[in-house]
Amino acid sequence: MSLDQFREEVVDFLEANCLKSMRKPILDESDTYWGGRNATFKNEDQEKWFHAMAEKGWTTPTWPAKYGGGGLSKEHGIVLKKEMTRLGCRPPLLSFGIWMLGPALLKFGSEEQREEHLPGIIKGEVRWCQGYSEPGAGSDLAGLQTSAISDGDHYIVNGQKVWTSYADQADKIFALTRTDNSSKKQIGITFLLIDMLTQGVSTRPIKLISGKSPFCETFFDNVRVPKANVIGDENAGWTVAKYLLTHERASIAGASDSDVMTPISYYAKSKVGVDKNGVLNDVMLRSRIAEWEMDAASFKFTMDRYAQEMKAGQSIGAKSSFMKYYGGELNKKKYELRLECEGRTSLAWDGEGFKGGKVARQFCRTKGNSIEGGTSEIQLNIVAKHILGLPS
Amino acid sequence: MSYVLTEEQEFLKSSAKDLLKEAPVALVRELRDNQNELGYSSDLWNAMVEMGWPTTALSEDLGGLDFGLKGLNILMEECGRTLSNSPLFSSLLAGLVIQKYGGQSHKEVLTKAVSEGATIAIAIQEGQHYQPKNNGTSVIGGAMSGSKTMVADAHVADHFLVSYNTDNGVEVVLIDAKSQGVSISKEFYMDSRFYSTVTFDQVAVDEKEVLSAGKGKSVVSYITNCASILISSELIGLMTEAFERTIAYLKERRQFDKVIGSFQGLQHRAADLYGEIEVAKSIVLKAVDALDENDIMAPALCSMAMAKTSKVAKTATNEGVQMYGGIGMTDDEEIGFFLKRARVAASLFGGYTYHLNRFAKMSGY
Ligand SMILES: Cc1cc2nc3c(=O)[nH]c(=O)nc-3n(C[C@H](O)[C@H](O)[C@H](O)COP(=O)(O)OP(=O)(O)OC[C@H]3O[C@@H](n4cnc5c(N)ncnc54)[C@H](O)[C@@H]3O)c2cc1C
Repeated sequence: MSLDQFREEVVDFLEANCLKSMRKPILDESDTYWGGRNATFKNEDQEKWFHAMAEKGWTTPTWPAKYGGGGLSKEHGIVLKKEMTRLGCRPPLLSFGIWMLGPALLKFGSEEQREEHLPGIIKGEVRWCQGYSEPGAGSDLAGLQTSAISDGDHYIVNGQKVWTSYADQADKIFALTRTDNSSKKQIGITFLLIDMLTQGVSTRPIKLISGKSPFCETFFDNVRVPKANVIGDENAGWTVAKYLLTHERASIAGASDSDVMTPISYYAKSKVGVDKNGVLNDVMLRSRIAEWEMDAASFKFTMDRYAQEMKAGQSIGAKSSFMKYYGGELNKKKYELRLECEGRTSLAWDGEGFKGGKVARQFCRTKGNSIEGGTSEIQLNIVAKHILGLPS
Repeated sequence: MSYVLTEEQEFLKSSAKDLLKEAPVALVRELRDNQNELGYSSDLWNAMVEMGWPTTALSEDLGGLDFGLKGLNILMEECGRTLSNSPLFSSLLAGLVIQKYGGQSHKEVLTKAVSEGATIAIAIQEGQHYQPKNNGTSVIGGAMSGSKTMVADAHVADHFLVSYNTDNGVEVVLIDAKSQGVSISKEFYMDSRFYSTVTFDQVAVDEKEVLSAGKGKSVVSYITNCASILISSELIGLMTEAFERTIAYLKERRQFDKVIGSFQGLQHRAADLYGEIEVAKSIVLKAVDALDENDIMAPALCSMAMAKTSKVAKTATNEGVQMYGGIGMTDDEEIGFFLKRARVAASLFGGYTYHLNRFAKMSGY
């Protein structure tokens, strides 16, 4: 189908299925839908929107149709994305399965594994969490020690993960485990899929500076995992892990990108006020806002540029590290500015009139943007080494 | 909207690279040291004219190559890499303005100029800064008086496009450089180029030579937009080259028994700068396309592009000098030429704060 025809079809579909309330900006966690056995819909509009999209496979527009994906070409996928952005449609499903595990399965999974896991991701039936970090292995991820010892056609997994986002909500976890301690630390890591309901898996929420507990400690106590759940080869999980990280980084960068639509100057104008020429009353703040908006726009166009370059056959590779770094830092600056623009009410922590301290809590949350998915410093290391070719 | 070059554009780029091989940074030094009175190589300029560079953005009916601003972006970026000076900048800018706002007589002057390599210089700025609204030049009884500063290529110009004030606002007029009452005083700047103060003392103004009379404000705004595109494109070339040289030096210079590029303190600054250059490139390409397509967002994007590139070009050249260490401070090392050109380029037709402010105003705050 031609792109123009497709665009028309998309617009008709979105108009019919994405109701007005689903086109408002996401205000908090309850406005999002993550799927899985613990999920409930906030309201009928959300349910309708999600099912319409899942049915067409447009929760994952460009994944192969044989697994239930949309089967769209890159070009058609871009049209869909553009129209959704233009109409302000919320993403119907947020999912680590879509952003992280899926791409890794498509690249490294066996056909059986894809058939087993991709449909559940696409239909939002299975919610995944990411078991990478450990108390002793954060930035130095390859130093991880959660062990998986061979026992016939199973592994016995023991150890602890930490900062596992939404582990208490998830159905399954993709985890990095150590299957060999005898050589270089990057060798001897195995990428394992584990059902959270397996005997011996437990989680404990951690309270964050935002006052919320979206992530957990995850414990493995003699957990039996079938060997069929290894993605890639035993001891070769590091390659899968790194590939997945490039997708995670690109999606973290992309998440801040969508916020570009709400101009920060809007808050400033209404809360700080303007003079008779329409110039913001606080001129020092004004120049910092303009600078931020300039950087945010420059970054957005860079994402567009990379998307086009990828389409033209160029590889993005380590550029995902730059994107993650820049996008994360931008989002942190944005919330610093928001507090300054809004003043008093944005500093409130609780109470009806203050939307439950939404801005202050979100501000706190953004501090994680330069830590999650590899810290800013680690991204700069990667750019220096892999793009600029500087030696270690 | 396309960020990826077409085959024709690739060809333009590689032919630009080829020609500019003859004009390395060493040439800038040579011209400076020999106190060349033009400040550029006339051989190089003649070669550019022969290849039709001044007509790159002009439409076919004006005898042009019809590449749009995109073509100019490519040429200016290459000129930025080698710091090449020539009247190209003024010729391109005048061409864009006359193509859009000029009448028949302006177009005749233009087509003759671009084919012969004659220069039409743009005289807007007065005083210390580019503030096109503060115009002291005026026409009384058909005679123009006033003084323009920082006029690039005035010392070789046959014509000027000059802005002046009327009761109804600003206008832009084409003036013959040989007119009675025009005097040009050539000044030498830190980028080893000449800019002039041009004084108009009771210069007769022919009303037929006014560009789109009554629309002077749009003309000046368009000049600002086009100049932003040309200069920010040049700055992209300049910062990319300065950065690549700096990275090469980081891989070569040894201290503490290691190459200095292995120190994380330097690596992080270099990686951060890499990212700033990446985003600066994107905003310039976006602005180029927007102006080519007459997008209503174009003026705001042009100002963002200019503000962003002036900021990053300054950082890139500062970091260059710093990471070269003592040798970066010497005249023998070329990185200093980049530092100095960046400062001048980033102030012509409005620098960082001018354009950031312009962008903020256009965004309604
Ligand atoms: C909001 C959020 C969500 C997360 N979700 C998950 C998840 O779902 N699953 C999961 O597995 N993990 C998750 N993480 C964990 C995250 O990946 C780690 O926090 C991160 O990799 C950093 O590890 P660390 O916390 O141990 O810090 P450390 O590695 O101890 O770092 C401490 C400081 O040292 C710096 N540093 C470390 N090494 C270097 C170096 N070589 N050069 C320069 N500086 C260095 C760091 O940049 C940092 O500033 C999440 C984290 C956050 C904040």
